[in-house]
Amino acid sequence: MLIRSRHRLSLGENDVTPESIYLSRRKFMSGVVGLGLAASLPRAALAGPDYEDVTKAKGPEWFEAQLADTRWNAITAEDKVTPFDDATHYNNFYEFGSDKSDPARYAGQLKTVPWTVAVDGEVGKPGQYALEDLITPSRFEERIYRLRCVEAWSMVIPWLGIPLADVIKRAEPTGKAKYVRFETLEDPKQMPGQASRFGLIDWPYREGLRMDEAMHPLAFLAVGMYGRVLPNQNGAPLRLVVPWKYGFKSIKSIVRVSLVESQPETSWHMLAPNEYGFYANVNPEVDHPRWSQATERRLPNSLFNPNVIDTLPFNGYAEEVAGLYQGMDLRKFY
Amino acid sequence: MAGQSRHILAWRLLVFVAALAPILWWSYHVAIGAAGPEPGRYLLLNLGQGALILLLCTLSLTPLTRLTRWKGFSVIRRQLGLWTFGYGVLHLLCYLLFILGLNWTALGEDLQKRPYIIVGALALLILLALAVTSNRYAMRKLGKRWKPLHKAVYLVLALVLLHFLWIVRADLTEWSVYAAVALALMLLRIPTVARRLSRLGGQMRHVRA
Repeated sequence: MLIRSRHRLSLGENDVTPESIYLSRRKFMSGVVGLGLAASLPRAALAGPDYEDVTKAKGPEWFEAQLADTRWNAITAEDKVTPFDDATHYNNFYEFGSDKSDPARYAGQLKTVPWTVAVDGEVGKPGQYALEDLITPSRFEERIYRLRCVEAWSMVIPWLGIPLADVIKRAEPTGKAKYVRFETLEDPKQMPGQASRFGLIDWPYREGLRMDEAMHPLAFLAVGMYGRVLPNQNGAPLRLVVPWKYGFKSIKSIVRVSLVESQPETSWHMLAPNEYGFYANVNPEVDHPRWSQATERRLPNSLFNPNVIDTLPFNGYAEEVAGLYQGMDLRKFY
Repeated sequence: MAGQSRHILAWRLLVFVAALAPILWWSYHVAIGAAGPEPGRYLLLNLGQGALILLLCTLSLTPLTRLTRWKGFSVIRRQLGLWTFGYGVLHLLCYLLFILGLNWTALGEDLQKRPYIIVGALALLILLALAVTSNRYAMRKLGKRWKPLHKAVYLVLALVLLHFLWIVRADLTEWSVYAAVALALMLLRIPTVARRLSRLGGQMRHVRA
């Protein structure tokens, strides 16, 4: 289980706390701290959260069955959750186009059922797994994570899914497995951005983590968000979420997970190695060559309030993950 | 003669309204909350793109005049040039207000460290010089030097395209279209090409008459 941090990360207690106590605690908290915090507190013990203005969608049967037994608010953030409409209409998912509104416009045609994920490389149980077989052995958790884009904007998203470590353990990695490599679907017929003749990304999109990063309890595989199945533009049906790294590490629509011996090639690093490192840990002290990373614009913002806030080391998860990088020069391994 | 100048006036007014309309349209979008979660960036990008389009429109007027010999194209040149500058200034304001949040230290850093910011600022400074010398008084005052000064608009075009190229992250499609148009407009200014264009314009006029 995770180590509790008093400030930014809190584990949901609705499984263990009697409802009456929890309700009075909530009343007390919202009286003291105000709306922003109250919004992120546990809501209902069993029914799941009730985010405003969420477009309802029914997932495949296995998803809905699994949803009923979700550990809601397993990890929360003090930050206010981003409205669903913003989280689903402002996306970088270059497979569907380079404009932030392109994914919402074009991702609808992606067929996500059935979905097969290849698990291969240094594992005892390689194979082509149906998505549900990969996911359902673990219980769903809801985790509210901050998402910091390398472009200096950020959101706060309630994800649904399972720890990445669960899937890796079930694949039985061999002693040679030092890194995990991920791959997105490549299919220009379904993904018009891949058909662009002036595109700079070498498809398929590739990402990777060091083994200890991948096994870290915060590393997450999401199949849903806002209490529902993942919208296609957010990386359906399976995406990675690594909250202490820039958003581009959180690869979407995954079709292959490989355990490998040496550090894998990753898409943005291949495109511009001086701008995007393999680690890509959120770090206010190491600027992107084209813009500062010291601050971020928390979205949504408005003309009257650009909502510029300080960026925190490891996106505010330093207490949990900084140990992974002890002794490393983070300016060199950016 | 009076009739013709009234036509020209109406044409100028039409161009004015057409150049103003996008700003009103984007403002309306922001006002009704249809500009997405980052309205400042929405305005920033649209105004920047608008400035580039206006710059290309401005630079298309001379070839169009050569080709059609229609006076209408040359009488809106100053106006479109000023609109380009205006869009550029608004683009800069959006960057200062909505991206930097009026953080002057961050501006100082950007101006020292970020080539695309430097190049954009330089382009806008040149446009400022062109804008303030676009009136009759400055033209008279500058005399023979006015024309070479205003040829700096070609430098602005190059700087703006560079500014755009350096913010592209993953796809060059859009940039390539603008660059191709810019290249075509420059090719049409090569003396032999320009002469042919004028001759073609003369022939067309002849045929029409």
